[in-house]
Amino acid sequence: MRALILAVCLFAAPAFAVQPGEMLADPGLEARARAISANLRCPVCQGESIDDSNAPISRDLRLAVRERLLEGDSDAEVVDYVVARFGEFVLFKPRAEGSSLILWLAGPAMLLLGGGIAFATSRRRAHAAEAESLSEADKTRLADLLDK
Amino acid sequence: MIVEFGHFTLILAFMVALVQTVLPLWGAHKRDARLMAVADPAAVIQFLLIAASFAALTYAFVTSDFSLKLVVANSHTDKPMLYKVAGVWGNHEGSLLLWVLALSGFGACAVWFGGNLPATLKARVLGVQGSIGLAFLAFMLLTSNPFLRLANPPMNGGDLNPLLQDPGLAFHPPFLYLGYVGLSMSFSFAIAALLEGRVDAAWGRWVRPWTLAAWIFLTIGIALGSWWAYYELGWGGFWFWDPVENASFMPWLIAAALLHSAIVVEKRESLKAWTILLAILAFGFSLTGTFIVRSGVITSVHAFANDPARGVFILMILAFFMGGALTLFAFRANVLEARGVFSLISRETALVTNNLLLAVSALVVFVGTIWPLVAELVFARKLSVGAPFFDAAFSPFMVILAIVLPVGAMLPWKRAEIRRTLRPLRGALALAVAAGLLAYALQTGKSTLGPIGAALGAWVVFGALVDLGQRLGRGGLAERMARLARLPRADWGKAMAHSGLGITLFAVAAMNAWSIEDIRVVKLGESFALGPYEVTLQAVNEVEGPNYSSTMADMLISLNGAEVALLHPEKRVYPVQAMPTTEAAIDQGLFRDLYLVIGDPQDAGGYAVRGYIKPFADWIWGGALLMALGGMFSLSDRRFRAAAGARRTVAVAAE
Repeated sequence: MRALILAVCLFAAPAFAVQPGEMLADPGLEARARAISANLRCPVCQGESIDDSNAPISRDLRLAVRERLLEGDSDAEVVDYVVARFGEFVLFKPRAEGSSLILWLAGPAMLLLGGGIAFATSRRRAHAAEAESLSEADKTRLADLLDK
Repeated sequence: MIVEFGHFTLILAFMVALVQTVLPLWGAHKRDARLMAVADPAAVIQFLLIAASFAALTYAFVTSDFSLKLVVANSHTDKPMLYKVAGVWGNHEGSLLLWVLALSGFGACAVWFGGNLPATLKARVLGVQGSIGLAFLAFMLLTSNPFLRLANPPMNGGDLNPLLQDPGLAFHPPFLYLGYVGLSMSFSFAIAALLEGRVDAAWGRWVRPWTLAAWIFLTIGIALGSWWAYYELGWGGFWFWDPVENASFMPWLIAAALLHSAIVVEKRESLKAWTILLAILAFGFSLTGTFIVRSGVITSVHAFANDPARGVFILMILAFFMGGALTLFAFRANVLEARGVFSLISRETALVTNNLLLAVSALVVFVGTIWPLVAELVFARKLSVGAPFFDAAFSPFMVILAIVLPVGAMLPWKRAEIRRTLRPLRGALALAVAAGLLAYALQTGKSTLGPIGAALGAWVVFGALVDLGQRLGRGGLAERMARLARLPRADWGKAMAHSGLGITLFAVAAMNAWSIEDIRVVKLGESFALGPYEVTLQAVNEVEGPNYSSTMADMLISLNGAEVALLHPEKRVYPVQAMPTTEAAIDQGLFRDLYLVIGDPQDAGGYAVRGYIKPFADWIWGGALLMALGGMFSLSDRRFRAAAGARRTVAVAAE
């Protein structure tokens, strides 16, 4: 079964996804539909958006998205509509809530942590190096010697 | 017979790798010169044996020897010669053979070019390199042997995946593997240095060319792959944030960080422990990439055969090398004493910032790639992470990097004054702002991405030029030109690589912001407008290719009545694998690509047609090429060749 799904998706990949007949007449609405569907994952494929996929279910989803838009739903409402039926699996950009916060915060947190460590280490080194360098008495003596 | 010979030399190479691992490492530990001396011939012999094995497999593919299981699965007599040869590495087993060939090749190069290395360091480097070869040769012989025969050979083979039958993709894997595997040298140097307990400026100078070479190969490999995706997959995308793409991108980011931190080790003897850690991680990400592509843990469109046994084996290799290396690092890192002290505003700090940003962006890619797996195993959530996430979470780091880069590249070592460094950059800043404003004024939409990309790209490129200009000092034009000609190649390399990055950044933003797409049904003889252009579908013909049949369209593009190009987009069917592919037709231009795709015939007559205008498309790969070229310039710098010269003197003295 898995091989079949793979085969369908792979072989479908180079063919067309969005068909001319599916598109909405209103270019503004169509642009919104495209933007929404680029973020929705085809539920049976290997990582294609419903926009790129040729699987029948993706076509149904593309049509559903456009139907909701024509009914006057906002973008968020359309996405909620699809997620309510297929789960968060269809979202290419997981919502930053619950455990997915880790996903979103890993980068910024690491940047802060790494930056902090780097700053602390370089300060410590600088202090250590200063301690190792000449003492005040030595400095005056050096200055005296150089003056001579 | 030749196939058996190849199988035999592969087994022999495994034995040699065992010798290469054990004797030199033991010898280095005991300071036994005779045992250490085994490393050199062993590394060269291992390479020659694997090369013979690879040649034997290539011979089997070229002569279509269908008694070999692998050839049956991946070749066909009708296939053009180029793809018969490319078929050798267009599959799991063969690509692994290419992998170990490159690995042993780097080992042999360490022998040929590493004459100036201290004996113990060299023995340890080659020993560690041998152990990696040992692990992968065992993996091949036990789970993925390319030389298995069939009792009843069929009349013909199953052909190579048609998507892979393309010149761009034929050469994409070899470059990528040379890059992945090149990082094994940095890893071996890091482990050897930890065993020695010594990292100094000389070590920084030795490890840098290897990292640089690996990074150049990775850059070219990734660029080729992305270019292939752009023209072959038929929707004009060039990067999909697919797990397999990410697998090559993570080592690239870490290798770029490593390149820069090795400079600090070389020039200032600072950041030693961090550089070692990066060298370990860079190869770690290479291995992770191998695991992702070959285990099937993370599904991807272009992953190889998914076999759990293989996945477990690679995971064990990964665990052994990373676990061992990191443990060694934990115990020995404290002996690596940093010498150079630097103030908060200095080139060192700038390079630390560079490292931090590159490492964190690699981490974001890593977390994003494995998150679906973690979420399912740990949190029982089935979710997806795709391009929209990476666009949002990865891009900010690149923006910061681009802002910091021109300033950091010009800061003096040790202690700097920010105002003095910024002064010469005022011109570049003005030009960058102007570029952003110009982009904003010219564009039709209200996107912020385009102008930001233009400003950042200009800032990085002009910053690199200012940096180069500063190196010329004051004086007359002739004097400056003379200095320009005498400038070390590393300076040229730096300017080229940094400008390349700026160009790519700009082009990526431009392509995302300003692409125009048009999807419609077109009847024969009908015309439609694509941006300012007019496209006419003149004819659709059936054409026979060497191993496919094609539906080829003639589409005329004109601008204000004047002909621009006659394009022939195709839809091919490869009968052996019963697989259709789209061959987009592209009219390449300096400022835009016109991209046409022909689709299925419609019930109501006519054909589905997709047309795109892709602004600045070729600049993406042009920038990448410039980065690679910069790397090559840097690699040919005198101070690395001076090291080779030192070796010659030693050899002469020894005679």
